[in-house]
Amino acid sequence: MANRPNPEMLKGTLDMMILRTLAQGDAHGHTIAKIIERGSEDVLEVEQGSLYPALHRLEDRGWVSSYWGASANNRRAKFYQLTAVGRKRLLHETQHWRRMARAIALVMGETIPARGGKS
Amino acid sequence: MSLRRYFRRGRADQELKRELATFVEEEAAEVEALGVAAAEARRRARLKLGNEERIREELWRQNSMTWLDSLARDARFAARSLRRSPAFAIVAILVMTLGIGANVALYAVVRGVLLRPLPYAQPQQLVAIYETVSLPGYVFDGGNRFMPVAGGSFGAWRDALAGPRPMAELSLVSPGQQYNLSSRAGGAGAAGQLPEKIDAAWCSSDFFATLGVTPALGRGFAPDDDKPGAPATAMLTDGLWRRRFDADPAAVGKMVWLDAAPYTIVGVLPASFVYESGKGGSAAQVWTPAGREYGAGLTSIFDDHQFVAVGRLAPSVTLPELVSRLNAVQRGVKASHPAPAVHDAVIGRSLLDDAVSDYRTPLYSLLAAAGCVLLIACMNLAGLMLARHAARSQEIAVRAALGASRTRLLRERVMECLWLAAAGAALGLALARLSLGWLVRARPDLNRIDAVRLDAGTVWFTLAVMAACALLTGVASSLRTGDASLAGVLRGGRQPKGGGRGHDGLRRGLVAAEVGCTVVLLIGAGLLLKSYQRLRSVDLGVPIDHALTMQISLPDAHYSQPGQRVEFFERLLAQLRAMPGVSGAGLVTTAPGQGWGGDVLVSVVEHPAAPKGDSLDLQTRAADPGYFAAVGLPLLRGRLFTSAERLDKSRVVVISASAVKLCFPGENPIGRHVKGESSGISYEVVGVVGDARWRVDLTPKPTMYLPLYNNTTSAATIVVHSRGRAEAMAVAAQQLISGMDPDLPVSDVRTLRETVGRAALGAQINSLLVLAFALIALLLAAAGLYGVLAYLVTQRTAEIGVRIALGARRGQLLRTVLWDGLRPAVIGLACGLVASVAAVRLIASMLFNTPPLDTAVFAAVAAALLIVATIACLMPAWRASRLSPLTALRAG
Repeated sequence: MANRPNPEMLKGTLDMMILRTLAQGDAHGHTIAKIIERGSEDVLEVEQGSLYPALHRLEDRGWVSSYWGASANNRRAKFYQLTAVGRKRLLHETQHWRRMARAIALVMGETIPARGGKS
Repeated sequence: MSLRRYFRRGRADQELKRELATFVEEEAAEVEALGVAAAEARRRARLKLGNEERIREELWRQNSMTWLDSLARDARFAARSLRRSPAFAIVAILVMTLGIGANVALYAVVRGVLLRPLPYAQPQQLVAIYETVSLPGYVFDGGNRFMPVAGGSFGAWRDALAGPRPMAELSLVSPGQQYNLSSRAGGAGAAGQLPEKIDAAWCSSDFFATLGVTPALGRGFAPDDDKPGAPATAMLTDGLWRRRFDADPAAVGKMVWLDAAPYTIVGVLPASFVYESGKGGSAAQVWTPAGREYGAGLTSIFDDHQFVAVGRLAPSVTLPELVSRLNAVQRGVKASHPAPAVHDAVIGRSLLDDAVSDYRTPLYSLLAAAGCVLLIACMNLAGLMLARHAARSQEIAVRAALGASRTRLLRERVMECLWLAAAGAALGLALARLSLGWLVRARPDLNRIDAVRLDAGTVWFTLAVMAACALLTGVASSLRTGDASLAGVLRGGRQPKGGGRGHDGLRRGLVAAEVGCTVVLLIGAGLLLKSYQRLRSVDLGVPIDHALTMQISLPDAHYSQPGQRVEFFERLLAQLRAMPGVSGAGLVTTAPGQGWGGDVLVSVVEHPAAPKGDSLDLQTRAADPGYFAAVGLPLLRGRLFTSAERLDKSRVVVISASAVKLCFPGENPIGRHVKGESSGISYEVVGVVGDARWRVDLTPKPTMYLPLYNNTTSAATIVVHSRGRAEAMAVAAQQLISGMDPDLPVSDVRTLRETVGRAALGAQINSLLVLAFALIALLLAAAGLYGVLAYLVTQRTAEIGVRIALGARRGQLLRTVLWDGLRPAVIGLACGLVASVAAVRLIASMLFNTPPLDTAVFAAVAAALLIVATIACLMPAWRASRLSPLTALRAG
């Protein structure tokens, strides 16, 4: 079931989305997954096998830091926090993404007339 | 960053486990809130998480560095495989320790002595300038073209360089001076300390500024101190200041007595200060201004050479430019002063070269010899690895069949060698430390040897050598992994049929190379040893046994009246001769083998005047009448001095046999006269004595002996000839002298045998070291030869068994196998001899009276090598010929 096919996430976008999520406040792994899934109206499904290695990777790069705290349900959880470097990185990634998305939309918009674009 | 992650990946995994647990709990709680039963909620949460192991593996992989992992695996594997054969490992490590240790120790010496920059500001700008002779074919004493500078020439150079933008600052130094140092009440240091003779140097007032050295205490010399008649001033080295003046800062400004005259201490040099030149100077403990000490005429005398010019080049000026400028000046000096003792050319070298250029060839030769030993050790190790590899061929074949890649197998091999080399390097560093201590003590005559250390650079060198050894050995032993016949090895079990050929060829090649290097080392060692023996057995011209020498110098201040010195010398000799055990005593200014001692240009009064610039150069000595008998210099003709020939009645000389050849070819010199060029005084030749060498390694120079009692000299060397051991007289003689004059220091107490030994010290150490290296190499090469043949015989047991069974004669078999083993030795010997012909030219300058291509040495080395090789090969060959066909065939 963990191998259930899901919409493949574009390479590198998971990192960006994690940073974006943490920009709203500190969160632990479960919350981050939830926020991304909800935020994408459940189109994107976050695989834990990618999420947790990604979190550790971002921490190694110094874009996020972590601490152990109590979750909303009062459980010990590892919280992640965006660092100043991470914030700068997020800004950069966001701009880049906007440019790419716009470019792709421009290309795609010309050949096929928009139909059912709103899910 | 990634390395940190790599080593902390275990902790990261633990953390991830807890994180995932939190995830499951959070998810379960959420699902439960929707009204699902607790157990079901947990199950769904687990499903949502997916395979926990996979997530952890993913992170683990992300934190890992595969190359480091496999490297560690290789290292563990190699260490395990070495542990399985400890005898091999121990032998290999010992061989590596010897090789690396010798190289590291010698590199440390080369680095400390030859490569380390001089301890002055911008040392690369500093140069030493000497005079030389431009005449083609001119024979320099001892082959040394760097001749000391006359004060007059120096003055001319300095005047020529003066200007708004000088090419260089030039200063003057005269190392090799000496003073009698004594203390008195009211002066610096405690009064009543024993007088001593100390080495000193004169310098111009700007000398320390040229080097960029500022005094640690007080001031340097001022130009006003550096003039004839100026108040006497002196600077102390840090060592003397601490030793004799208790490091008392108040010593500056106080008096010290040098040659019984008071000098004001104006400054103390820093502890780091050292001046070392090709003409000595490193022992100087007191510095005094040359202009005052030399007296009037320093810059107007052109034929008295006792200085070195030390210069600092202006930026963008090169040494050749300066030398060519000064050469022009010196040609002008020669033109206006055509006397033969005035030199016509200038030669220079960097100040570092000035200090150490004499040791360059010997030290690099020793390092090369040590490198040669290490190379042989590596090849030997590679041979051993090959043998091991052959023994493990089945295991390796299985692993190759199971998919171990070639590079993997090579990496393991290099890793094994790296372990061995690393252990060898660690032990080698310890060995280098020990041997360095010995080397520093054994060669006190080397400039800069005191500062030799195992510093960071040496450790880096060790690591580099270690890596090179591992790579060389590993790769050399892997050139053929023989996996072409993989299937054959697997099928054939223990006896690879023909699969070992590649190994054998390679091993023979390695052994031949070992033998070749060994031959070069042996020949080098043979030549150096022969040269050393010739140096040791040099005939000084006088017997060197039972002769003790020591120096005294009567201070002018106490012995100023004419006759006072003569009276002291006579009294001294009478008392010395009366000592029990003394069979003779004499006084001379410079004893045989103990130095130049001065020379003078003469002409023969009875001969027609020679053309100007063509005078005769005689070395001069002053001796008492009994000296010749005491030292054993034979009288060949005429008579010696009488004790009546003294003071103003002393216009007689005794000359040496070679002086007769030079001045009176084919004539009877007795009764003729020689006249000093500069003094104009004529002396009657009354006798002819034998020749004596002034330096152990140089031929005797024509010499002229003047009577010591003519009162011109205050310094003398006492020669005591004893019936028993010469050393036994030393204490008694010194006590006798201090009883006669307690203020008179005695210095340089040594036997003539020691004089010769000291001159041969460098040759002794060099030849012994190279001999030791050569013997180690010979042992390794012999072991290599034996190993290859023994292995070969084991491999061919079955074949040999068949031959014997078919009726091969054992003698024939012995010869065949022996020749098989000797072939690489003979090839190696031939190559080694050819390489030696080239190599010995490099050490030609280290050889004394020994031609580099000495046939006897070459023949002896070839013979010795063949004998050792035959012995090494005889045992396996004999075993092969004694094989019982039954056992042999069964073993096959």
